[in-house]
Amino acid sequence: MATITYKEASCIYEGSDKLAVDSLNLDIEDGEFVVLVGPSGSGKSTALRMLAGLEDIDEGGIEIGGKDMVGVSPKDRDIAMVFQNYALYPNKTVAENMGFALKLRGVSAAERRKKVEEAAKVLDLEQFLDRKPAKLSGGQRQRVAMGRAIVREPQVFCMDEPLSNLDAKLRVQTRTQIAALQRRLGTTTVYVTHDQVEAMTMGDRVAVLRDGKLQQFASPNELYDNPVNAFVAGFIGSPAMNLVTVPITADGVRVGDNSSLELERDQLTRLHDAGLAEVTIGIRPEQLEMADSGGIEVVVDLVEDLGSEAYVYTHAGSGIQLVARSNPRTAPKLAETVRLRKHPDGVVHLFKPDTGERIG
Amino acid sequence: MTTTDVQKSVEAPVQKSKVKRRKFDPWGAVAWIVGLGFFFPVFWMVLTAFKHEVDAYTTTPKFFFVPTLDEFKAVFDQGVGTALLNSLFATTVSTILVLALGVPAAFALSLRPVRKTQDALFFFMSTKMLPVVAAIIPLYVIVSNIGLLDNIWALIILYTSMNLPIAVWMMRSFFLEVPGELLEAASLDGASTWRAVREVILPLVSPGIAATALICVIFAWNEFFFAVNLTAVQAQTMPVFLVGFIAGEGLYWAKLCAAATMAALPVVLAGWVAQNKLVRGLSFGAIK
Repeated sequence: MATITYKEASCIYEGSDKLAVDSLNLDIEDGEFVVLVGPSGSGKSTALRMLAGLEDIDEGGIEIGGKDMVGVSPKDRDIAMVFQNYALYPNKTVAENMGFALKLRGVSAAERRKKVEEAAKVLDLEQFLDRKPAKLSGGQRQRVAMGRAIVREPQVFCMDEPLSNLDAKLRVQTRTQIAALQRRLGTTTVYVTHDQVEAMTMGDRVAVLRDGKLQQFASPNELYDNPVNAFVAGFIGSPAMNLVTVPITADGVRVGDNSSLELERDQLTRLHDAGLAEVTIGIRPEQLEMADSGGIEVVVDLVEDLGSEAYVYTHAGSGIQLVARSNPRTAPKLAETVRLRKHPDGVVHLFKPDTGERIG
Repeated sequence: MTTTDVQKSVEAPVQKSKVKRRKFDPWGAVAWIVGLGFFFPVFWMVLTAFKHEVDAYTTTPKFFFVPTLDEFKAVFDQGVGTALLNSLFATTVSTILVLALGVPAAFALSLRPVRKTQDALFFFMSTKMLPVVAAIIPLYVIVSNIGLLDNIWALIILYTSMNLPIAVWMMRSFFLEVPGELLEAASLDGASTWRAVREVILPLVSPGIAATALICVIFAWNEFFFAVNLTAVQAQTMPVFLVGFIAGEGLYWAKLCAAATMAALPVVLAGWVAQNKLVRGLSFGAIK
């Protein structure tokens, strides 16, 4: 168990002048579960592989437990990694796979057997110990990969999209299992995913990356409620936050052809201070509701009924699309004209249209 | 009632597949024809080896005759022992050398690619582009100057360098099948590169090593051009020995076939041994 510190860590891929990871700074506490999330090409996997020693740290540094890891080979870092395709040794049995690291460390066969059986019990793999990986299902292989990591009792777990090869139902199950296991073991964990739901549900804190740069590093609630820029706002949450760029008026913004949205007084002040003609507003779908009068006039394009809730996809004027959550029993019909207004507790986020930076 | 119904439904797919198998498959017929076409000359060679010289020359080829071992005896009297031992020695040693050099090279050029990997691969292949005939005179001069004419070590060096490019390319394709994550996983588990290769990678590519070794054995065993030009009596190999039976006068077909059968036998055995390994490799499965 250990703390992890990324200090201005950068990585350049060979044959490219672009930084895969650009001056990353992260302070990860002992026992914390941190999720690196971002779209593909955001550098999240590279950041993880730098920690594991599989990718060079070209600039800056990474410390594990206060020790600088630059130039330390993977085998000396005391890190266990779960790979996306599990990377189980095909020629070894499940027990041999899980015990390989202990064998390399010179742990006696009896001791090894004991630890492997303990881990197998936790992961419900006891009856598969003598099988080869080829004879296991996807979910079982995933558990073996987890087992190989926990048997070693390493300082750090690295997980690189370990659930992406599972089907949807199993993924949700395994998600909670991994999170629970990590809480119980208390091992510092860095987990990479492109799935923001995984990030929100599993992480103590979540680091959102884009183009190799850290956007925001905060708790899931903080990311959801106070995104630092339009990218984070749009990336976290499903369906995504409504983000539309609209002209500013005297008491708010104009949405669509003849509707407007009023803003708080201090937000207006900040808008006028910024001296912008247009602003990108962000409202979460669950903070928009149907209204009888006032609000924004929209036309319904699609209703997505999920049983417990419905999402109403609409447009107001050309190029302005808004999604609102609604009660599935009272959801409007297709092509119907309805009015949407901000929920009384709802928040309108304001971002600069050009940089996406948060204004208020 | 119900039990029979269940049994029927269980048996049904089995019957279906049997019916499928019995259906006439034109490609299967083509495969048999081609296969027999390849096999027949070999079969005829073995058959002729057991004939008397006179029987070998009949214009209506004889399928039924009194078999004899006389021709094999004649081959032994000609001193096949030296040639056989030379061939065995040159083939074994050169194959071991090729694997010892080629497997690490292929590993480096696949799982641990470095700068100029493509150039290195092309260099290996380019050494095979020059016809051997074009190089034989300089080779002869060199071998003669270092005093290795009619010495089996000259052939070993040449066979090693002749087979090395093929082995590197072949082994590389097998290494490329191995996911790179396996090496990474092993190194995170605390294995040195050597340990990871030995315990994780080599077992996975062993069918590939068997296939490569077999190819090298076949090429080295059957090599004729270097052998006939660079050896005389002492370092003579089987292919050169065989040619010795082609006489200007007299009957020699049966004797030649007997010698050829003996020459083919070790390679057939090597192929059979490697085949077990190759088949095991095919059923190995699920690397990914």
